[in-house]
Parts: sequence; structure tokens; C-alpha cells
Amino acid sequence: MKTLNRRDFGVDLGLTLAAAILLPATIARADDNLEVHIDNFVFQPPELKIKVGTTVTWTNRDDIPHTVVSAGKFRSKTLDTDDKFAFTFTNAGDYKYFCSLHPHMTGMIKVE
Amino acid sequence: MSGHDHGEDGVSRRKVLECMTWAGTGVLWTITGGVPRSLGIIDSAEAATAAAPGMTFLQISDSHVGFDKPANPNALGTLEEAVNKINAMPVKPSFMIHTGDITHLSKASEFDNADRIISQSKLDVHYVPGEHDFLDEEVKFYRERYGRGTKGQGWYSFDAGGVHFVGLVNVVDLKGGGLGNLGAEQLAWLEDDLRGKSKSTPVVLFAHIPLWTVYPEWGWGTEDGGRALEYVKGFGSVTVLNGHIHQVMQKVEGNVTFHTARSTAFPQPAPGTAASPGPMKVEDAKLRSMLGVASINFKQNEQRLAIIDTPLQG
Repeated sequence: MKTLNRRDFGVDLGLTLAAAILLPATIARADDNLEVHIDNFVFQPPELKIKVGTTVTWTNRDDIPHTVVSAGKFRSKTLDTDDKFAFTFTNAGDYKYFCSLHPHMTGMIKVE
Repeated sequence: MSGHDHGEDGVSRRKVLECMTWAGTGVLWTITGGVPRSLGIIDSAEAATAAAPGMTFLQISDSHVGFDKPANPNALGTLEEAVNKINAMPVKPSFMIHTGDITHLSKASEFDNADRIISQSKLDVHYVPGEHDFLDEEVKFYRERYGRGTKGQGWYSFDAGGVHFVGLVNVVDLKGGGLGNLGAEQLAWLEDDLRGKSKSTPVVLFAHIPLWTVYPEWGWGTEDGGRALEYVKGFGSVTVLNGHIHQVMQKVEGNVTFHTARSTAFPQPAPGTAASPGPMKVEDAKLRSMLGVASINFKQNEQRLAIIDTPLQG
């Protein structure tokens, strides 16, 4: 954080504010942080529709470790109880993913 | 591995026993509370074991060392209880197999703790990995400890007491939406491994995830397990030993007896009886009746294979 001077911070903040003001409220905001929970060996919600640039955070709330893997796209470390994994989707497309330990657990992120 | 090399093929007892004929006639089983359990045979099997020892080996599974959640805050402690139980058995088993999930998170310390306790049995242990044993970043801790002399991802075979044992790995390269997986390379190896074996040789296949389809909704099965079973079709006696589902389940199909062992760490629910296959919290007094080990006995002239599931308590 030492390299981040006050001026940079001010510019970032200004842009964010401008974007927030200019975006119509009906469009899903690209800077939303969306959550997927893992409960009882299920990704919840199983499918998310998001805008390019959105970050999705998975949280494992089971007593068993899980992973979040989309072949060739992203792969979390092993998530123990309450561990999180975040991924920012910078390209549109359908991202099927699963838990590599329990492959019957599957989910989908649709990015447009 | 306790210094045992999988590459060798020469247990001296084999010579003594190799003239035996075998035919697995299966184990009596019934369903109690939704869980099939071997019944009836236990007392007579124990009596027969005392009269004619044959060869006995043990199966231990799903020790999940490192697990500390409410379903069992001390998985290392119950593993130690299991090993004490083994040490107290009237007939010392020839060796032990561990059908995977030795550790909970594949930490070096978990492997070390598991080995420290399991080695107190002073038995050779033949391991296959569970999915919980391949979680370290480089996937090396299991292989460094137990992969010596194995093929591919860790499969191997050995002979003991006239029985051909095959340890299989079905927890690697799993596909989204799928089940356990053996893969083409391992299946080709298995076919080759069994080629030329006398059909009267009893075969034991062991792997972590059940090779038969127990409950696909929870991933309890192996995608290409049927292929492996085709290769053992002609054999007179086939026993398939698995773990993963943390409960005793058994079925007999023709010459094949399928059996899953209890965990030493925590129970899991019977198929479909809970929201998920995750660790099942039971009242403290009940926990040890749902954990345990299995001993498997091949008896001369009995033409019967006996699997005895021993809970830690009750």
C-alpha cells in the first residue's frame, strides 16, 4: 500500500463514483461481488448470470474440503471449511465448473 | 508401507497354500436401518478362525487424520483406538490394507501422525490413496511415502497366501458430473496384470471409492469400474474392498463379493437419508459403534471368505 499515493487513490475513487452515477440502475453492475456458497455438497446458486468484470467468490461452508475447478479456466486450491476462492471473469462465455474431489458437484457461471 | 516392496512376489506362505481351491460363496448379509451388514456368519467365522487360521488380513479405511469437526473432534484418537483394537485381536493378521483417505487435507503432519499411529500395529500396510490424500500442491506427500514400487498414479499388485491382491487408484482425473475414475492406462495395466493368472486364484481388488455403483447421486461409484470387473469375470473368487462411504455395505453378485469398510474417523449417512454425504454427527455414546475396521479371512477347505466388521465399540 505504500506505493499507492493519495492522488492515485483519488482518481480511482473518482472513476468508481462516476461509473456508479452513469450506470442505469436496471443493468447489473459489473463491479458487483457475487457469492456462491457450498453447502451440503451443492454450489448455491448452481447457476449465476453475471457481467464481464464481475468477481465471484465461493465459500465452503461444509465440514469437508471442496475445490472449484473449471477445466482450463480456473482452479481453486483445496478449500477447507470457511475458506474462500475468488475469480474475476474478464471474458464472456459459459463457465461450467465442478469440485474435483466430488465431481458430482457442478455449477455454471454465464458471463455476458 | 512399513518397508514392504510392492514389486516383490514371494510370500513364503504362498507355497504352502497354493494348492488350495477357492470359491467365494459370499457372506450372509441383511439390512438393518438401511445399511446392509454381514450377520450370522460372524460367530461361526470367528470359531472357524480359531480352529483353522488360514490367512487373515485387515482392512482399515478413511482415517482422515487432521479432521477435527463436530462429527469427531479427534480423528487421530479414534484411529489409535482402532489400532489398539487390532493389536488386541487373538489372531495376528498377516498384513493390513488401507483403502484411502489416510489424511483429511494431505498435510505432511497429518501423514506423519497417521504413520506414527498405524505403525504401532507392526503390520505391513498396503495403501491406496483417497481423494483426501492428493490435496497438497505438488501431490507428492502420498507418493513419497507410499508410492514406491507402484505404477502410474499408485496402482500395484502383490500376492499373499495364494491370493492375488490388486490396489487400484480411482480418485485421480475426475470429470465434472462424473464418478470415481480408473482411466484407460490403469485398466490396460489391470488386464495385463491378470493375464495368465489361474482362474482358481482368489482375487482381491481394493480401491478407495466403491468400484460398484452404490449411489451415484452422491458420487458413490466408479465411472469405469465395470471395466475392471469384466477382467475378473472368469475368476472363481473375487472380493472387492472399498472405503469412501464410511459405512459397511455389502452385496454379492455371482462370484464377486463387494464390501465397504467403516471409517475410523466419522460416519456418513446411508444413501439418500440426509441432505448430503458429509460427516454425520451422532451422539457421543453412539460414535464408536459406527467406526471400526474389517478383517478378512481366507480359510483352507472352507471354500468361503469371511469378512468381519468390528466396530470400535458395541
